[in-house]
Amino acid sequence: MLEIKNLHASVDDKEILKGIDLKVNAGEVHAIMGPNGSGKSTLAEVIAGQEEFEVGEGNIFLEGEDLEELSPEERAHKGVFLSFQYPVEIPGVSVTNFMKTAINESRKAQGLEDMPANEMLKKIREKSEMLEIDRKFLSRSLNEGFSGGEKKRNEIFQMAMMEPKLAILDETDSGLDIDALRIVANGVNKLRSKDNAIIVITHYQRLLEYIVPDFVHVLYNGKIVKSGTKELALELEEKGYDWLKEEAAV
Amino acid sequence: MDLKEKLVSSFMAFEDGLDLDHPVHEERSNAIKNFETKGFPTKKDEAWKYTSLKGLQKIDFSIFPKQETTLEYKDVKKYFLHEIDAYKIVFVDGVYSSYLSETTHDGVDVCLMSSAFSKPMFKQVIEVYFNKAASKDESLTSLNTAFSKEGAYIYIPKNKMPKKPIQILHLATGNEAALMLQPRNLIVAEDNAEVQIIERHQSLTGNEVFTNCVTEIFAGKDAIVDYYKVQNDAPTASLVDNTYISQKNSSVVRVHTFSLGGKLIRNNLNFYQNGERIDSTLKGVTILGDKQHVDHHTLVHHAQPNCESHQDYKGIFGDSSTGVFNGKIIVDKIAQKTDAFQQNNNILLSDKSTINSKPQLEIFADDVKCSHGCTIGQLDEEAMFYLRSRGIPKKEAKALLMYAFANNVLESVRIPELKVRINKIIADKLGVRMGFDL
Repeated sequence: MLEIKNLHASVDDKEILKGIDLKVNAGEVHAIMGPNGSGKSTLAEVIAGQEEFEVGEGNIFLEGEDLEELSPEERAHKGVFLSFQYPVEIPGVSVTNFMKTAINESRKAQGLEDMPANEMLKKIREKSEMLEIDRKFLSRSLNEGFSGGEKKRNEIFQMAMMEPKLAILDETDSGLDIDALRIVANGVNKLRSKDNAIIVITHYQRLLEYIVPDFVHVLYNGKIVKSGTKELALELEEKGYDWLKEEAAV
Repeated sequence: MDLKEKLVSSFMAFEDGLDLDHPVHEERSNAIKNFETKGFPTKKDEAWKYTSLKGLQKIDFSIFPKQETTLEYKDVKKYFLHEIDAYKIVFVDGVYSSYLSETTHDGVDVCLMSSAFSKPMFKQVIEVYFNKAASKDESLTSLNTAFSKEGAYIYIPKNKMPKKPIQILHLATGNEAALMLQPRNLIVAEDNAEVQIIERHQSLTGNEVFTNCVTEIFAGKDAIVDYYKVQNDAPTASLVDNTYISQKNSSVVRVHTFSLGGKLIRNNLNFYQNGERIDSTLKGVTILGDKQHVDHHTLVHHAQPNCESHQDYKGIFGDSSTGVFNGKIIVDKIAQKTDAFQQNNNILLSDKSTINSKPQLEIFADDVKCSHGCTIGQLDEEAMFYLRSRGIPKKEAKALLMYAFANNVLESVRIPELKVRINKIIADKLGVRMGFDL
């Protein structure tokens, strides 16, 4: 599904990613953990095509296709989805209208007609019920005045609507209380299939109790310093990151 | 001969055939004298620092409109808000078009200034209101007063409300190489009356048009007036719009100005609060490109206690366009408990576009709440990335953010079809098709 080879990325001449290698197969869930400032969000945004970052050496392949020349919207059309750590507020555009626009733009890029209104409504109803989202919420302006938890739930709702091949969840757990976390994780688990892949970026083990990863990677100082299975997350929870920092410094 | 000389020397010919015993005659004579003394404003006048009328004065404008050119409704339908049933007062090259209009005298008067000036039944209203709010000092207003003859006359008696909104449309057909128009509108909403008005100026060709318009609006006690100015004219059309609003106790007047096209637009929007518990709202959306220029000069004069004013102007400037916002608020010493709010937010889309934004507060009372804010920025890159990461292409994402930016001005538009229309004009301007209306 996703293959990243020796990826370097910088912003304002400051190198943030210093050679990342990562392979994610269809059907897998990978967790990326690491201390603040290690480059987790940068990695997520670079995959999604954020132009603010200068990609130097290295490549990102999605189903064998090099993404380098593709704009963020083209990547989205190919099935990349990023759940933002800080979703942006867009006053005046309702959640529903935003989703309609996003889905129909993706369909247009694939040479398809607009999704029929009744089909769209059915899908909206189905996915909002899955995430226990109140109907009223859908006619509100996108993210405007949403609580932190509502914003994150809304991101996963968008993911459910867009049905991406590769979903990257950037700290989706921050700002969620335990009930919301369970609902969101449940939603994500329902979206898991053998045809898609999910990358979960998190500080904490907590989310991984609900979204159980196949692999866990530790990002530190722009590099993946350790990879393992879900047990690694537990170890990190217990011991913190310092031992890895020391290991990396050696 | 320059334009000033031409106008001054044409005044006698203009008055020839008008009733010289009419009280308005004296107003006109005084006004032309003031214009003759002051002339066109220049960049040396503080209020005209950023807007030059020099270029316009070099053009040889015809100042007496020719006979009405026949227009088919279907050819100009798109300039009407035809989705709603409305009264219409339509002028073609400055001359009233009865064919395109729909006026009424059924409980309210929706008709013409020329009728109001000449018919005895309107004499009293003219005597009480005409030229009572407009400035006698400002030279372009005086110029309009001197040549005041035609325009919209709307009189809503006490406790009345017209059955439907009123559209005022000024069309220019280009039957002159260059045409100057000076419409004069008078709108009176007596105590507890209510009215909604949409005004638009539209040139139909690439010929030069220069409109110097004056509108006086009087709102009686508890009256509610909603006035919408749709400015989306041709690139060879210039407009100086002078609007004077006089409000009495507990009245509400809201003016929305949508400046979306034209060569040069200058809006002088003046509110005078002559009573208590008055609410004045001034909102504007400006979206410009090319070398267009829009100058908003607002004035709110709080002369009595316990009143409010709300100003919210949003501007988006692309290419080499230039914008000006000058918001003056005067709070008299007796106007305690005034609540005056002013906000002007701007987005510059190109390095060559400019905005000059200036709040001007003159506060003489000590127990007031006055706030003002001004921002100038670019489109939010984070938000752009967010939208694009959802598959929305760059151009559409940009449009969506502009909608979002202008939205809180649009959401107070009380005629839904007008809101849809403004959205459509904006979408056309940005070259996008949105899958929904806001």
